Amino acid sequence: MKPGIKLKSTVCDTEVMVIRGSNVVVECGGAPMSEKPGERGTLNPGFAEGSKIGKRYVDSAGNIELLCVKAGQGSLSIAGAPLQLKEAKPLPSSD
Amino acid sequence: MNISLLLQMAADAEPDRIGLVCDGRRWSYSALWRAAHGAAAAIKTAGCSHVGLLDESSEAAAIALFGAALAGVPYVPLNYRLADADLAALLQRIAPAYLIGDVARVQRLNPDQGHKTVSRSEFVAEAERLGAEAGEAEEHGESIAVQIFTSGTTAAPKAALLRHGNLLSYILGTVEFASADAAEGALVCVPPYHIAGIAALMSSIYAMRKIVLLPAFDPDAWLNLASGERVSNAFVVPTMLARIIARMDAGLRPDLSGLQALAYGGGRMPLELIERALELFPATGFTNAYGLTETSSTIALLGPEDHRNAQRSQDPAVRARLASVGKPLPTIELQIRDEEGRVLPAGERGEIYVRGEQVSGEYKERKALDAEGWFPTRDAGYLDAEGYLFLAGRADDVIVRGGENISPGEIEDVLMTHPAIADAAAVAVPSVEWGEAVGIAIALKPEQPRPSDEELRNLIKNRLRSSRVPEKIAVLPALPYNEMGKLLRREVKKVFAS
Repeated sequence: MKPGIKLKSTVCDTEVMVIRGSNVVVECGGAPMSEKPGERGTLNPGFAEGSKIGKRYVDSAGNIELLCVKAGQGSLSIAGAPLQLKEAKPLPSSD
Repeated sequence: MNISLLLQMAADAEPDRIGLVCDGRRWSYSALWRAAHGAAAAIKTAGCSHVGLLDESSEAAAIALFGAALAGVPYVPLNYRLADADLAALLQRIAPAYLIGDVARVQRLNPDQGHKTVSRSEFVAEAERLGAEAGEAEEHGESIAVQIFTSGTTAAPKAALLRHGNLLSYILGTVEFASADAAEGALVCVPPYHIAGIAALMSSIYAMRKIVLLPAFDPDAWLNLASGERVSNAFVVPTMLARIIARMDAGLRPDLSGLQALAYGGGRMPLELIERALELFPATGFTNAYGLTETSSTIALLGPEDHRNAQRSQDPAVRARLASVGKPLPTIELQIRDEEGRVLPAGERGEIYVRGEQVSGEYKERKALDAEGWFPTRDAGYLDAEGYLFLAGRADDVIVRGGENISPGEIEDVLMTHPAIADAAAVAVPSVEWGEAVGIAIALKPEQPRPSDEELRNLIKNRLRSSRVPEKIAVLPALPYNEMGKLLRREVKKVFAS
């Protein structure tokens, strides 16, 4: 993975775009995400809090940032550690 | 990365929500998304190298922007106000193009170039028809999303290239997805060929703020549409704001209580105009946006709180910020450099350099970024102690008199204090003795006597220095501006050349 790449969940509808970070395996619903997923697996109930469209998700070290571009039932993690919702700092609309 | 993602997400999140209103017709996000797919199919079938738009703002601009993105073909909105010869040259440069809009003009100016021409209504109908049956489009890599011919106030138009990554970085870095509620609407009246027009479409769609299009600006139409649609947001260039305020001061006062945010940019905002606007719209948040085509729109902004703080303050440094373009976006880096490329401290004037993912700095002819990715904007400016950016004209506009750099702005500001002067421009004029010297062109307020040359020279000499005293003085009925409110200095220079 690298910035600009889209990853799809293999267990739900979730899709993310990589904003920051590279070369880690991102999981959704407990299963590794893929650029071209094959057959759909089953959602791990431990990672089923959902991913929200338009929200940003970061790891605790702040090295990885993902933008959810399609919502799904699975929640995001890396090596089993859940990703956190990033707080938005709104800017005034300029156009 | 592809900018179509913005519309896709809006259509996915709330397909039936209204995303665009034009000439009374309402488009949902899913209807726009399907039409963009239909447009992509038509564009691919045509097999052209560019998608051109020669038309005023309408739903066709949004459908063409995202349709071209889905098809992986650069979108090139053209300035329909250009003279025939200038437009013909641009049409030549994008041939063969899929051209939407003024079919007759394209065929008259640039026949036999393999252009595929469609009128606005034909294009929209075809996009809707094909969109009903089109499948998902595949992704295109780091291709060019938009090509804009720069307005060329100093030279021939350059073809500025904006890649999907540039535009998407700008939107994702500055706009929160679906942050607008369904009642909000943004009045978009800038022409489709201007970067602000493109940015307005993309940021409104990503914020899921309904776009209310005004195809051609007129102050009465603007006021009535803003009131009738109860718009919450709008963007204007300073000349538009001046015309709106003139109508309001003349008594046209529709209910604008829904207007929460008014952003402006694209040219120098006169201090008295913004002060009057702050009085007329006491509950509205004002934002001054500074950006260039080559930087995918805004790179610095002065927000609503800064405006009100400056309006209220007695501190001259805080009050002065009404004339500033605010602070750089958190997603970009900005430096002021001298002619040798050294970074200058606060308070010193030099050229503005920017770096960031939204900064393209790329033209069809050449790349203007330096080895470290910095883009020289050719705009002159300085930062104050708190990091607020002030513009000081184009770097090319600096008058170099006997090795001394003179900013036109300092002379113009002094001239504008004269009670008889409505507008003023200072430009370089050739001088045998100094290389360049100062020439000033002024326009007078109605029924004001012309100040004598001696009076004007004394005014500048007493307030500035003798090197700023003009060698040549011209009085014009009005100064030349382009339609976006940019002073055409090359036209002013021509006055002194003849």
